[in-house]
Amino acid sequence: MQTPSELKYSRSHEWSQVSADGKLITVGISDFAQDQLGDVVFVELPEPGRKVNAGEAVAVIESVKTASDIYAPVSGEIIEVNEALLDAPEGINDSPYEAGWLFKIRSENPAELAELLDAAAYIKIAEEG
Amino acid sequence: MDDKKFALGSSNHDFPLIFERSQAGRRAAQPPKADEVDLGELLGAENLRQTAARLPEVSELDLVRHFTQLAQRQFSIDGNFYPLGSCTMKYNPKVNEEAAKLFSELHPYQDPATAQGALELLYNLQDYLGEITGMDAVSLQPAAGAHGELTGILIIRAFHQANGEGEQRRVVIVPDGAHGTNPATAAMVGYEVVEVASDKNGEVDLSAFKEALGPHVAAVMLTNPNTVGVFETNILEISRLAHEVGAQLYYDGANLNAVMGYARPGDMGFDVVHLNLHKTFTTPHGGGGPGTGPVGVKAHLRDFLPVPLVKKEAEGFSFDYDLPRSIGRMRSFYGNFGNLVRAYTYIRALGKEGLKQVSAMAVLNANYLRIKMKEIGFNIAFDRINMHEFVAQPPAGLKTLDIAKALLDYGAHPMTVYFPLIVKEAMMVEPTETESLETLDQYADILSEILKRAENDPDYLAQAPYHTPVRRLDEVKAARKPVLRYSFSTD
Repeated sequence: MQTPSELKYSRSHEWSQVSADGKLITVGISDFAQDQLGDVVFVELPEPGRKVNAGEAVAVIESVKTASDIYAPVSGEIIEVNEALLDAPEGINDSPYEAGWLFKIRSENPAELAELLDAAAYIKIAEEG
Repeated sequence: MDDKKFALGSSNHDFPLIFERSQAGRRAAQPPKADEVDLGELLGAENLRQTAARLPEVSELDLVRHFTQLAQRQFSIDGNFYPLGSCTMKYNPKVNEEAAKLFSELHPYQDPATAQGALELLYNLQDYLGEITGMDAVSLQPAAGAHGELTGILIIRAFHQANGEGEQRRVVIVPDGAHGTNPATAAMVGYEVVEVASDKNGEVDLSAFKEALGPHVAAVMLTNPNTVGVFETNILEISRLAHEVGAQLYYDGANLNAVMGYARPGDMGFDVVHLNLHKTFTTPHGGGGPGTGPVGVKAHLRDFLPVPLVKKEAEGFSFDYDLPRSIGRMRSFYGNFGNLVRAYTYIRALGKEGLKQVSAMAVLNANYLRIKMKEIGFNIAFDRINMHEFVAQPPAGLKTLDIAKALLDYGAHPMTVYFPLIVKEAMMVEPTETESLETLDQYADILSEILKRAENDPDYLAQAPYHTPVRRLDEVKAARKPVLRYSFSTD
């Protein structure tokens, strides 16, 4: 299981990549999460421009096992979504940290970033399950 | 050689589709000729087809064989063990069908004065279900469990609105292990759903629950025993806390079959309950047939029930439409009457002591199988005395889906897989009350053999099943590119 140390994580298994200026957050789901979900068959992504709150359900990933809500790790505006996943959702399984990214948020509250977990803390949570 | 062409009768080979059996001119039935009427005049010329419908043309015998072969593929509780946790695939006693037949000539438009027996049955069933659940009034109208949930939450909304709290109460609390229909129902009625976590015993986490409560909460939806097969031992405290803030407590009756005659939702403090008659009262399950989800309420909610209820007066039984605050009709006529007859028959056939024994046997069978599965190497998610079902996990390194596929080779149905979502690799097992000790032992033996084979041959599970009419299906393709219509070769 890969858990890149340069990313931040949420308890609900999303990863967040924070841009150098701290304002642009790219979000996907962890390798652990995609492995637990199994083969992904559909993805529902938010509309760009939508304002979201941290912890709000903004996307849905449906696998052969189940449908799961994906939560915004931080508050802000959705500025871009990975439309390639609509036709090729398997990108989430094949490449959870690169081709499988879900959406980008322009963060409005830098303090929220401190709430996110580092890789070591996330691995601990994932293992305890 | 094409296997399909050589599959005579029922064999392990696939057999042709009805369209592939078609030969021009063959008929299983002769429709009346339309020579003497002008169809265009009768139906409107624009409604006549210009080309013939491409219906399969087969003889009666070919038709019978086709559907018989399909029926032989059917997996059913009448044929095999079917321990699908949460779904409760319980045996439907045949006497239910005999009783249902007695009413087959009734018409819903006939004068109630001429259908007094049917009304008496409905009246008594309202009464029995009220007695079993500890509720003051019951509507038999909802046409499925989820429809019952919708009815129940609409009643709660109407109650809050009548109290002037419709705007204030906008949240419904559900536990994280809830049936998916609970949050879906709440959302459909327009509520915001807040999930509360479970603790490590599999019960609602009381501190998380307290934190979620407040004057903004309209309802708390719970299943008890809950979706991991564990009784919520803090239910009285949960009820007290919910009512303290003015919320209504909703009982999802999916698991009532574990506690019938021992504990009543009404006594636990629930205000509304829905029942799934197929889970607890042996009406037919699945197959797209009509469902039935009666709703019971405490006295303070009676006026909001759907109309009509059945009432009893000196001159006989009649329909009572006099509920001015009713949420309205939830279904045409009087619910799925045939199922109501079946549930009534089951209750009358078993009586009070019999229903208690059903729950006792369901719990005993589930606990027996839990201990057997633990002995042969499965992990038990909440290892304590369970109710009518329990959640297991495969030994480390094995996948639940693979074990489920392997079970098919032995003619046994897999347990429910990957539910509830809060347990990794969940296998949810519910043997139900009617299974014998020998059947339970046999299932455990099969599981044990599967684990042994998996240990000796790492590739075995990944390839299973081996002996089913079709081997492992491509689930991703089935979900993403389902083939739902026949492609004629001339298309």
